[in-house]
Parts: sequence; C-alpha cells; structure tokens
Amino acid sequence: MDLLANKTKPPVTKPLNAPLDPLDMLEPNIRLTARDVTVHYGAKQALHGISIDIPDRAVTAFIGPSGCGKSTFLRCINRMNDTIEGAKVGGRIELDGQDIYAPDLDVVELRARVGMVFQKPNPFPKSIYDNVAYGPRIHGLARSKADLDEIVVSSLRKAGLFEEVKDRLNEPGTGLSGGQQQRLCIARAIAVGPEVILMDEPCSALDPIATAIIEELIDELRTNYTIVIVTHSMQQAARVSQKTAFFHLGNLIEQGDTEEIFTNPVNKQTQDYIMGRIG
Amino acid sequence: MSDTTLASAAERRKLVRAGLGRRHLTERLFRGFGILAIVLALGFVGILFTDVLRKGIPAFMQSNVHLAVTYDPELLKIDPAPEQAAGQSDADFRAARLAWERKVAMLNWNNVIEAALRKAAPEGFEIDARQILTITETDARHRVRERFAADPSLLGQTIEIDLLASANTDNWVKGNIDRNLGDAQQQLSAPARALIDIFEENGTITQGFAWSLFTNVDSRSAPASAGLLGALMGTFWMMLIVIVLAVPLGVGSAIYLEEFAPKSRITDIIEVNINNLAAVPSIVFGLLGAAVFINWFRLPLSAPLAGGLVLTLMTLPTIIIATRAALKGVSPALRQAALGMGASKTQMVFHHVLPVTFPSILTATIIGVAQAMGETAPLLLIGMNAFVAAVPATPIDQATALPVQIFLWQGNENRNFFEPRTSAAIMVLLAFMITLNAIAIFLRSRLEKRA
Repeated sequence: MDLLANKTKPPVTKPLNAPLDPLDMLEPNIRLTARDVTVHYGAKQALHGISIDIPDRAVTAFIGPSGCGKSTFLRCINRMNDTIEGAKVGGRIELDGQDIYAPDLDVVELRARVGMVFQKPNPFPKSIYDNVAYGPRIHGLARSKADLDEIVVSSLRKAGLFEEVKDRLNEPGTGLSGGQQQRLCIARAIAVGPEVILMDEPCSALDPIATAIIEELIDELRTNYTIVIVTHSMQQAARVSQKTAFFHLGNLIEQGDTEEIFTNPVNKQTQDYIMGRIG
Repeated sequence: MSDTTLASAAERRKLVRAGLGRRHLTERLFRGFGILAIVLALGFVGILFTDVLRKGIPAFMQSNVHLAVTYDPELLKIDPAPEQAAGQSDADFRAARLAWERKVAMLNWNNVIEAALRKAAPEGFEIDARQILTITETDARHRVRERFAADPSLLGQTIEIDLLASANTDNWVKGNIDRNLGDAQQQLSAPARALIDIFEENGTITQGFAWSLFTNVDSRSAPASAGLLGALMGTFWMMLIVIVLAVPLGVGSAIYLEEFAPKSRITDIIEVNINNLAAVPSIVFGLLGAAVFINWFRLPLSAPLAGGLVLTLMTLPTIIIATRAALKGVSPALRQAALGMGASKTQMVFHHVLPVTFPSILTATIIGVAQAMGETAPLLLIGMNAFVAAVPATPIDQATALPVQIFLWQGNENRNFFEPRTSAAIMVLLAFMITLNAIAIFLRSRLEKRA
C-alpha cells in the first residue's frame, strides 16, 4: 500500500472559512446509467454486461489493461460503435432517463449532446476558426456571424487555447503542436455545448507538459460538464477523476470513488492492476 | 540461458558473415535487373518518340505556291457582277445576281491558275495544261473562286495569292520521292518536276508553317489540304460528354459504394464486376455501343454523342476504382472526428472526406479522360471511321476523332505524303495527352500543398 501513497491525490482539504459549495453537499446527480451493456464484434464478445452509473459534473475514469473494453464501452455512450462494421450493442444505456439506443433517437442529436475527444488529436484540415465553428455551423447553433465568433472565442477560452492562437485563427489547425491540437479538439467539442464529454485516452499522444495542461483543463471543465475519460495511466486517473471504474477482459471489475479504488480496492484483480502486476 | 547465447556468439557471427556474400550478390543482381528494365523501357520510349518526331516534324511545314492570279475577263468569259439598274425591281435584281453567281461557280477556274503558273514559269517552257495543273493542289480553284465571289470587283485585276502545292509537289520538294526513279514510277511528269525545281529556285514555291493542318478538315481529293479540325472538334465533343457523364456518375457511384452501401454479397459482386469491367477490352465496349446506342436507341452513326457514351462506359470503371482507392485512403481519424461532432454521414463525406481526396480524384479523372481520348477501337465499331469532311457543329453531327483520323491517314494509299502527316497527327494527340497529364500533376501537387 505504500506504493499507492504517492499515486493518489491527497484528500481535498478546504480551509474552514471557505464558502460552502452547494455541490459538495449534494449527492451527485446520476446522468448516465448503463445496464447490462454487451458488445459483440462479429462473433467475438468484447463487453460482458456492463452496468454503471455516471454522475453529473464529475470526472469518471475508466482504467484497465489494453483490450479490456474500456474504449469500447466509452464509444457505446455516443454510439460511435455504430460506425464499426459488425459491431452489435446489447443492453441499455440511458442519458437523463432516455434510452440512447431507442429506434426513434437521432444519432446526430445524441452526438451533439455527447461530445468526444479522441486518442490522437484529430483536428480537421481547416483553419483553427473553422475547426471550432464546424459543430455550431452544422447544428445551426449560431444565428449570426457575431454569434459564431463569440462561440468560437469562448470555446477556445474554455479550452485554454485562445491566448495562444488569437492572432492566427485563420491558420490551419493541423499546424499547431500536439498538445495545442488536442486542446483545439476539446474546444471543438465544447463549442456545440455538449452535456457529456467523452475522452478516449486524450493524453496518450502528448508529452508530460502538454498532458499536465490538459489535465488541468479537465479539472476545470468538470464544473460544467459530465466527463468520462479512458486512460492507461493510473496516475492520471488518480489525478483527475472523482469516480473510477476498472475494466478487465470485457468485464467491469470494480467501480467507486477514485480514492476508494486506489487506496482500498475490494477486488483482487483491481489490486493487482493498481500495484502494476497486470496490465 | 545467457551463458549459452554468449558462448555461441562468435559462432553466430561467423554464420551471419558466411551468408553475407550471397545476400549482397542477390541485392546487386536485383538492382542490376531493375536498372536494365528501366533502360530498356526508356530506350523503347526514346525510339518511339524519335521516330514520330523525325517523321512528323516535316509535315508541320507545307509547300506554298505563290502566284499572281489575274481575273482575266477573256479567260473567264464572265461579265461583271450585275448592278441594280434604276427602275429595276429588287426581285429582278436578285434573280440576275443569282444567275451570275451560278455562272461564277460553273466557270473553269483552272484556266486562270494555269495562266498564273505559266506566267511564273520561264518564257517558252513547254508543258501541257494537265501537267502544269498537277503542281498546285486540286483545291486551288476553290480558293481562287472564293476570293472572286467575295469581291466581284476583282474582275480584270491581278492579286497575289498563296496556293497549296499538291501532295506530289510537296513530296518532290521535300525529297520524299527518289529523284532517280524513271518516269513510269513518278507521280509527276518530267516537265512538271522540272518546273517545280525552277519554281523552288525562283521563290514561287516556298515552305511555310502548315496551318492547314489545324484549320482544314480531312480531304481525299486534295490531300495536301487535309487537316485535323474535324477530328479535333469530334474529340472535343466526345471529351465533353465523357466529362459531363463519367465524372459525376463515377465519383457518385464510388462515394455510394465506399461510404454508404452496406457491405453485403450484392456490393461484393458489384465491386468484383467493376474491377473486371476495367479490364474488358475496349473493342467490346464498341460492340456494346453499336448494339445499344446505335441499334436500340437509334443514335446517329458516327456521331460524337454515341462515341462519347461508349467512352463514358469505358472510363467509368477507371474513375470508380481510383476514387474508391482515394476514399479508402482517408484516415479513419478524420471520419471519427466528423462523426463525433455530430456530423451526419453525408456531411462527413462532403465536408471532410471529399475535400481531402479531391486532388486524387481530380488526377484520376484527368488520366481517365486522357485514356478515353486516345481510344480508337470502340469508335471504329460505331462508324466513326467514316470519311467526314466537315466540322461537327453539334454532338449529333457526323464526325471523326483524333485517334481515328490517325488510323485513317495511316491507311491512306498516298504513303509518301501521309506517313509524315500521320506522325504529325500523332504528335498533336501526344501533345494533348502530355498536356492533360501535366495539368493533372500540376493540380495535384498544388492542391496537396494547400491541403
């Protein structure tokens, strides 16, 4: 357990005279519920009955060794698995009580509500401005050019990128550094005003400094969004998340408060993974 | 475990070294074969180009006969054009004028040409009328008459005019005919040959750029005036049809098959068949065109419309395959980024995938069109090898095409004259091909740099 001591985040200690944050006093709202979710890729079963509740305005981390199904499950939440040939999703996932696999649900609308940031920064080969403006444009969110400008600027601000790129909004987004590109992708996702942001190993292609910046950003975004992040790095999960779910071989082994999982895992497999014995 | 590997390290090095010689030899051999293949291929291309250029370049020069033609009223036996007399009604005047014009068309214009030729010849040169007229091309009388019909006031005046020398004269001047052959084997009579030499010396016959190659249509009666204009226009109409039909159809089917069609047995069969279609001999497309477009749809024979449709069918698989390959090459990350933003599939394709693949699709299209432009066999089967001496004004007029014109000239019996002309036509076709490919390369590099 000594090993874990420096991997976990120290408990948040607020000064006694700090103003009371109402969020601290409430049980977190459950935004997403998954029940018995299974995924088959052709004949191969990738997920075996995942059931999990994901709270509002918090960061939930999915951890686990490669191929454990954490990304697969993440991609179920905005139905990106639909685009994979032969993928079949079973079970039920609800966003605010609404079944997202219901036949009358429009995938385009769902993805406007559930944004996604991918493992490798993938800005469009367009200008920085157009990258951020793309979502609002296709969803018809801006009534005028001024509206759109404001959305772009505020999204870039929220993603902590505005100061760095404000003089070159018309330059291609692909010309930015890796970390900046990833923040651009986050800004792009925010611009649509999603309720949930899914992040699939957003820092795995970045250097430690860029990673630190993104992690700080995730921590800030949590006050406004429901964030689900898949990560390889246990340190990262410990640093940014409030809830953690551990996946192994397509099963959800354990879930709970991040502090609990890292300091006091119930399951033997979770313990082994956190101790670095599997993975 | 590490003990055994360490112990055998020296031995393993020896084994590796023993095989090295043979490995390097194989590498050198393959490199040699590669270089040899390239040298051979380039050599053949070089032979082709030198041959075509050597034969074709002289055909870009033509022999002109510079004559002072006198519209002598006595020789022509024609009155001046009627003028409207006072009191004469419009109808009467027009009738008189028409009668005069008809007379002008029927006159023996060869008389004035013969007179002009004799004037240019040395005093007392003995040659009969039939022989002296073989020096100029047979269309000379039309040129002389056209000038007069356009300006009747020329009657009694003398004008300087450049007339085409006949194909035989051209051959003689350019040395395409062996001068030592006997009279029996010569196309021109002895006095005519002698006179041509005199004309060349005194500057009556000169060499000039063969504009007629580009401004005239094909001709059999006046081979020296045969040009490519009709064939160029025929090819232009066909390429227009190919571009208008094959590009949207090909790109559209490729997008549907690659992006939207569910992967099923049917799409598999379609894919295999498209790949097979690309390998179907082009003459089969010609048969199809004859059966479907000519016999069934009753499209006019020899028309660029039918030819364009056949070439469209032939080009479609090329464009579809190339476009699909380009679409396949788009990184999944871009697609996911677009879909993840909530773009619909159509938006993903048109906003993101197509712009990235545009350079490749454009190149594929241009090369497909260039390939169609050089195609001959299918056009022969839908009657485009007919002799057409007119410029097609619309795609349903009879026409021929550039490669078919080459085929026709290559079979012309006046070998000495048409061999260079065939090579010249080949050069024109090659110039178009090279231009199209250069545009493709230029646009590709330009657009890719921008993307």
